[in-house]
Amino acid sequence: MHIATGNACTIRIQSQPFDIPAETTRLTVGRADIGAIVTFTGLCRDEGGRLKALELEHYPGMAEEEIGRVAETALQRWPLMGLTAIHRFGLIRPGEDIVLVIAASAHRRAAFEAADFMMDYLKTRAPFWKREHLLGGSIGGWVEAKAEDDQAAARW
Amino acid sequence: MTQIAATKLVYFAWVRERVGKPDESVALPPGILTVADLLDWQKTRGEEYAHAFEHANVIRVALDKTHAQHDAPISGASEIAFFPPMTGG
Repeated sequence: MHIATGNACTIRIQSQPFDIPAETTRLTVGRADIGAIVTFTGLCRDEGGRLKALELEHYPGMAEEEIGRVAETALQRWPLMGLTAIHRFGLIRPGEDIVLVIAASAHRRAAFEAADFMMDYLKTRAPFWKREHLLGGSIGGWVEAKAEDDQAAARW
Repeated sequence: MTQIAATKLVYFAWVRERVGKPDESVALPPGILTVADLLDWQKTRGEEYAHAFEHANVIRVALDKTHAQHDAPISGASEIAFFPPMTGG
């Protein structure tokens, strides 16, 4: 991977929650050249109160590899000093975190753009599928992919 | 005799539910060269496959854990995955 300095590229797929301050510190500890950190967190909504949980299925192995390929593109495109992407799987309840992207750079523009790019690509290329579990115990349908997500990824 | 290598097929989300299994090992018949050929063949393997692959144009395919277009050659992939458009993030 092409990191401007240091080797701070982290990609993890996990069921357990992540610790955002700890992940941010991991990128900044022991260095003073980073001028901008953009952190994006995607959360589970309750969809107006009807949702009990989201079930996230993933393709083990490919999920890590594909996010790695997207990260590699981001690292080649922007002068990043650190890049973290963590995606959860399993049952996630409303209010809980699903995904974390942190981009670190000397200046804000690269960090904003890289984080935005990572999320657009991750949504359309990382092998994850959401299914709704509804209040009352029934299992709803699989969430359908949105055309606007493809359009968002096509911007880059 | 030449032994035909088995190919692992894996399924996710509603494709997995319709097929009724998460994965299987198959010997692909000769003549299946591209992803599109494979999708056509899947439709012929019984009622559940016909249902799962009814709208084959929307199904995404990965060859050895890498996204592949429907016109891509299969060329010896050992693991082929079938799944709906992704909804992570």
